Amino acid sequence: MISNFNFYKLLPWAVTLLLILPIIALIFNAFSIDNSGTFQHLIDTVLLTYSLNTLFLILGVVSLSFIFALPVAWFVACCEFPSRTILQWALMLPLALPPYIVAIVYTDLLDFSGPVQQFLRSLMGWQQISDYYFPDIRSLLGAILILSLTLYPYLYLLLRSAFLGQSGALFQAARSLGLSPLAAFFRVSLPLSRSAIAVGLSLIAMESLGDFATVNYFAVSTLTTAVYDTWLELGSLTTAAKISSLMLLALVVLITLENYSRRKQKIYQRSGATHTELRFVLRGWKKWGALLFSWSLLIGAFILPLLTLFYYALSYFSESLNARLWQYTLNSFWLAIIVAGLALVIALIVNFYQRLSPGILAKSCIRLSSLGYAVPGTVVAIAVLIPFTNIDLLLNQLLVEFGFSRVGLLFSGTLFILVIAYLVRFSAIAVGSIDSSLAQVSPSLDLASRSLGQNAAQTIRRVNLPLIKKGMLSATILVFIEAMKELPTALLLRPFNFETLATYVYQFVSDEMIEFAALPALLIVLMGLLPFIIVNRLLENAT
Amino acid sequence: MSALVVNKLSCFYQDNQVLESLDLELENNEIICLLGESGCGKTTLLKAVAGLQTKLSGEVKINGKTVNDNGVNVAPEKRKVGLIFQDYALFPHLNVFDNVAFSLSQYSKEEKKKRVDDVLALVRLCDYAQRFPHQLSGGQQQRIAIARALAYQPDLMLLDEPFSNLDHHVRFQLIHEIRELLKVRSMSALFVTHSKEEGFAFADKIALMQAGKIVQIGSAQNLYSHPKSKYVADFMGQSNYLKVCVKDKYSYQSDLGLLTSNTLIEFETGKALNLLLRPEQIAIETAVNGLGTVKQVDFLGAYQQITVSYQNNDYRIKQSNHFGDCMQFKVGDKVTLSVLSHDFVVFTQ
Repeated sequence: MISNFNFYKLLPWAVTLLLILPIIALIFNAFSIDNSGTFQHLIDTVLLTYSLNTLFLILGVVSLSFIFALPVAWFVACCEFPSRTILQWALMLPLALPPYIVAIVYTDLLDFSGPVQQFLRSLMGWQQISDYYFPDIRSLLGAILILSLTLYPYLYLLLRSAFLGQSGALFQAARSLGLSPLAAFFRVSLPLSRSAIAVGLSLIAMESLGDFATVNYFAVSTLTTAVYDTWLELGSLTTAAKISSLMLLALVVLITLENYSRRKQKIYQRSGATHTELRFVLRGWKKWGALLFSWSLLIGAFILPLLTLFYYALSYFSESLNARLWQYTLNSFWLAIIVAGLALVIALIVNFYQRLSPGILAKSCIRLSSLGYAVPGTVVAIAVLIPFTNIDLLLNQLLVEFGFSRVGLLFSGTLFILVIAYLVRFSAIAVGSIDSSLAQVSPSLDLASRSLGQNAAQTIRRVNLPLIKKGMLSATILVFIEAMKELPTALLLRPFNFETLATYVYQFVSDEMIEFAALPALLIVLMGLLPFIIVNRLLENAT
Repeated sequence: MSALVVNKLSCFYQDNQVLESLDLELENNEIICLLGESGCGKTTLLKAVAGLQTKLSGEVKINGKTVNDNGVNVAPEKRKVGLIFQDYALFPHLNVFDNVAFSLSQYSKEEKKKRVDDVLALVRLCDYAQRFPHQLSGGQQQRIAIARALAYQPDLMLLDEPFSNLDHHVRFQLIHEIRELLKVRSMSALFVTHSKEEGFAFADKIALMQAGKIVQIGSAQNLYSHPKSKYVADFMGQSNYLKVCVKDKYSYQSDLGLLTSNTLIEFETGKALNLLLRPEQIAIETAVNGLGTVKQVDFLGAYQQITVSYQNNDYRIKQSNHFGDCMQFKVGDKVTLSVLSHDFVVFTQ
């Protein structure tokens, strides 16, 4: 429809290709022959243990998150009790905390020299570690706890809106047929939320599968740490690719489950009136139980870690506030801004392709460009390394052959590759966000504009873009937050001497120097939290 | 010259033929209603004329200019057609003035204002120029949409179910208002609806569509009184079918007695046919020995509908209430039926 026909159809595919090329390269590489025998060695020794650890981690986090999220979502959506309105939004705040920061806080609180064990020792008169048993936080169970505390909001948010979206009349009908509120919950509300639960749990499972920092810090060996180690320590890209492909396989299962459940969820979702008018008023022990559970979760997952960070940040403020901190903050900030801006451009390109020529081609373009969203950071890092190191090698070879001097690792050794990796991972967020806000713009507006003599480009500029301003802003902010927090990709791909806030924090985390990690960690949290609040305001005003 | 000519237009969508070699001609200053059930292809036809439908074969001419033919497909923005939608499609980020002025970018500020004021006066919403769409009622929004389309001075107006989202009483008021407006501006219009009442009130002619074809086109009265098929008859109003047998060139034999036709009967003697009887074409009278039994009586305000079982067939009869209560029927009453004189319509099946 635009005069420059070819360009307008080629661009979205070029962009999509850029985003999926690394993943294709990864799968391709994984099937190539491994001469070093490293992978065979891994199979013979530790791969089974690593896989089982990953499996147990996922199962543990999924179960514990479910136990955390289900009651609070129900309290907040369907019941009435004091502080409900605060909890309603506060319970999603833990999303702003990177798990490895929560992990270091809990390690500090719970290890031998931490306040909890000191208190117990002084209370019971124990002298040394052999006098008593205290569970070690730096273990698989500890990792499960930490990840559940930070990941449960995914399920909480989906469940809450599922409960709110259910027709109140159904619940009333169940009550009128003689069911107690609790029985009605288990026989009506919960079954109706099945797909929301499946979607939430598969998201949590994907995040757990991809977690690197927490398990690495707790010295729990999983597939992600295996990828990291084989690349950084053994230097075998092929082996790393093979392990990564194992994770991709698990992801395919999870994504299929998620997509299937999302489709089913639409059947149960219903717009219009909500549950609100018939909230179940909690009294007596029920009220206190709900309060105790919800607030314990909020304190454990958010308030306590945040306060601890504040305490250390203030105590070591002058030591932490230095030129390096300033530099790394700027690094993180600009990197996140660039990635967010590019992700927005990509999202606009593929979404307007779909808007202008809807059909199976455009649909697959959107699907493919969103493929990277669930892929763990370590895997994406390995994936982008494969094509770009090859391109660098080829380039240098060519240059030498034609008598020029080498340029070094022009792509894989610079910020370029880091930006690409971030885009592979986070473009999906922007694509999805633009997709849903564009879907709210009635197609008849486009047709009206066209019938009033405006061509496709004018229609986009005068009608579509002004109407998705909020969607564009929230897409940018969401990608910004993710890019600020991202650790494993940055650890693996950052150019020499380049630090982001996250890698800076993680150095201190690895060295167990929480007092110096606190201030930069707080910066990450705040830079995530503020935009997060803005986005939520935007989304609430939009509906 | 006709405002619109559609010639042998066919359209496929996912291997289904949505339009089947369809012909249609719209005179200048004429309003034609495309009437039909959902999925009959009426909206596809509208989109094809607007240039929003791909995979077409056939010819479309607007005001003598070919916009669709072999290899020709004029872009929608170059066709000069006004489009009116069911959901009004006002730009929510622009106020009424800017919505109406949307297509007037090339004009000076004064000229723009003059043109906007002009069409806003036409739809009687001059005071609303600074409002935003969400601050207007549905009827007002649709009038603004009309004003916006008129400001662009289109050659042809296309309306896609424009009244479906409106309350009943607003709807018919607006239908008359917009019809007047189009007539004043000498606009030709193609209007899509599934509601025959809207079609009756809005259009000069009705084109009834079924499965991608126009099965009959003509005035509303013509389609109602002289349907060419049972489908048209049933779509245009309630119908009873009386089995009749041709007796001679001027009369039929039936359960309701000998029926004399106003016109020459073209079928051979003894041929079995179905006679269309509208509910108001049957007279009903109480009779102790009547062969009919009243099964149901529905009071519907200005008239009542009586369902009578007559020799194993059910007939629905419309009875005006202007007689007061002297013609009251009760369930179980014995009645006789007779056919009122009119131009008979018979079907072979």
